Amino acid sequence: MQPDYPGGVILAIDTSVGTAVAVLEDDGVVLAEGRSQNPLGHAEVIGGLLQDALAAASGSIEARGEQLTHVAAGMGPGPFTGLRVGIAAARAFALGRGIPVVPVVSHDAVALEIFLAGAMTDTEVARFAVVTDARRREFAFTVYEGIDDDGLPVRVTDPGLIPRDELDARLAELGAERRDAAGISAAMVAVIAGRAIAAGRSTAPTEPLYLRSPDVTMPHGPKRVTA
Amino acid sequence: MNRTDPLVLGIETSCDETGIGIVRGRTLLSNTIASSMDEHARYGGVVPEVAARAHLEALTPSIEAALVEARVNLRDLDAIAVTSGPGLAGALMVGIGAAKALAVSLGKPLYAVNHLVGHIAADILDPDAPALEYPTVALLVSGGHTSLLLVRDLTSDVELLGETMDDAAGEAFDKVARLLGLPYPGGPEIDRAALVGDHRAIAFPRGLSRASDLAKHRYDFSFSGLKTAVARWTEQREAGGEPVPIADVAASFREAVVDVLVTKALAACADHGVPRLLLGGGVIANRRLREVATMRAEAAGVALRIPPLSLCTDNGAMIAALASELIMAGHEPSTWGFGADSTLPVTEIQVAEEAA
Ligand SMILES: [Zn+2]
Repeated sequence: MQPDYPGGVILAIDTSVGTAVAVLEDDGVVLAEGRSQNPLGHAEVIGGLLQDALAAASGSIEARGEQLTHVAAGMGPGPFTGLRVGIAAARAFALGRGIPVVPVVSHDAVALEIFLAGAMTDTEVARFAVVTDARRREFAFTVYEGIDDDGLPVRVTDPGLIPRDELDARLAELGAERRDAAGISAAMVAVIAGRAIAAGRSTAPTEPLYLRSPDVTMPHGPKRVTA
Repeated sequence: MNRTDPLVLGIETSCDETGIGIVRGRTLLSNTIASSMDEHARYGGVVPEVAARAHLEALTPSIEAALVEARVNLRDLDAIAVTSGPGLAGALMVGIGAAKALAVSLGKPLYAVNHLVGHIAADILDPDAPALEYPTVALLVSGGHTSLLLVRDLTSDVELLGETMDDAAGEAFDKVARLLGLPYPGGPEIDRAALVGDHRAIAFPRGLSRASDLAKHRYDFSFSGLKTAVARWTEQREAGGEPVPIADVAASFREAVVDVLVTKALAACADHGVPRLLLGGGVIANRRLREVATMRAEAAGVALRIPPLSLCTDNGAMIAALASELIMAGHEPSTWGFGADSTLPVTEIQVAEEAA
């Protein structure tokens, strides 16, 4: 436990890939975690996952005389329809408890997990790109290199989109190893949020990382019906 | 849970209005609506992704505004209610995600309900109207739906008599407005243009009204043929080098829509021996529709109910009102697993009710 850690108990929600929720103590202990890998069905599973996670965590939270202090929200990038479910849930949950939402770049959570895995095995982690599915034959990717003094992964590029068949060439250019992520760990989202709170920093925008304008076709003049 | 006068917050995100309503029993405390209509104007119709993004932005500020207006705290609520369908799936999911999380956060029961039946429940909140009597026929007309329902009981027995086979009536207004070079949304524009027009000037077709159609589609609607007829008529005018009398076209088109709507609704009343007709949906704002419905209902001896317009357009108060009725009727909350159902049938008044 970091001695100056001002954060509290964090509920994290991420629906940028599947649906993931977690409750973390301020010392980083995971009190509850739940996830659905299904890349669809976020709206169906979010309520049950939240309910179960809270039920599992509430005993220890209460025993320690604590309560939830923050809701961490994965802001993407990710397919919009699902991504929004988690952000809407995070905001509404926070409103219900009168606590703040801490936005987190979802790729940061994957990056941190990779760094932590490297630290466990004492291996140097070279520059790499977190890659997730963005649908429509595109990937979302963010390049990372190292961890800063606050324990947060350092982004070399902002999250961006790229056609699938161009990714490898681009990563070669950037000298980044490709790390595909099939899911986001909500626990890691919570850890990022906790470290950001501790450092007094905001690491993500408050609005979703859509990275794409809404798909609309401008109307052309009315079609003629007579020849 | 308070089952006699429940305090319910309703969340509605099925189309382009983010609606948050708060009711206590049958009393309206807040009807807060944030609309993304302006953002759709340049596309000439609702763009689902634009609507869904706007819902996410508007949702929590709208809930906060509604609580302030209603002078209640979240912890005082007896239940949360949300629209499960029908509507735009991506838009519905924003409301569902928020509603589930809010319910878990507060430890309150959640009621997932049907948007169309919600339109009927809106009428209950009208403080100036006498109690809703059953059975009643309900005609719901908006940019998203055109449905004729037989309501025997709001919380347990709603039957779909007919609906549109193609465009919703509101959509037809939008499309014909565009055809005539009028802006979006088309309803008020057509109304304005028709003001100085003669509604008998052009005999536009009444969809699904011929004897042969009536056999199979007595209570169904179709507006795409009408739209094509208007296009053909104006193109022929232009081809002949004659000016298009926009006022007459608008008035005659509107008359054709209104005539079919009112004729079929009153036929349903007559066929089912139900002397009551309830109107709902945003298109009810159309002056001519209200006028013709009032006149012809009176002539037919049918009591007509038109809720205030703020309760006719999509709103969260109607969702809260429907949940409040369900609670008072003894229904259990919904279980967590439901999702957005863009084609939810009207017979499913509540979704995923927990087994008692
Ligand atoms: Zn509606």
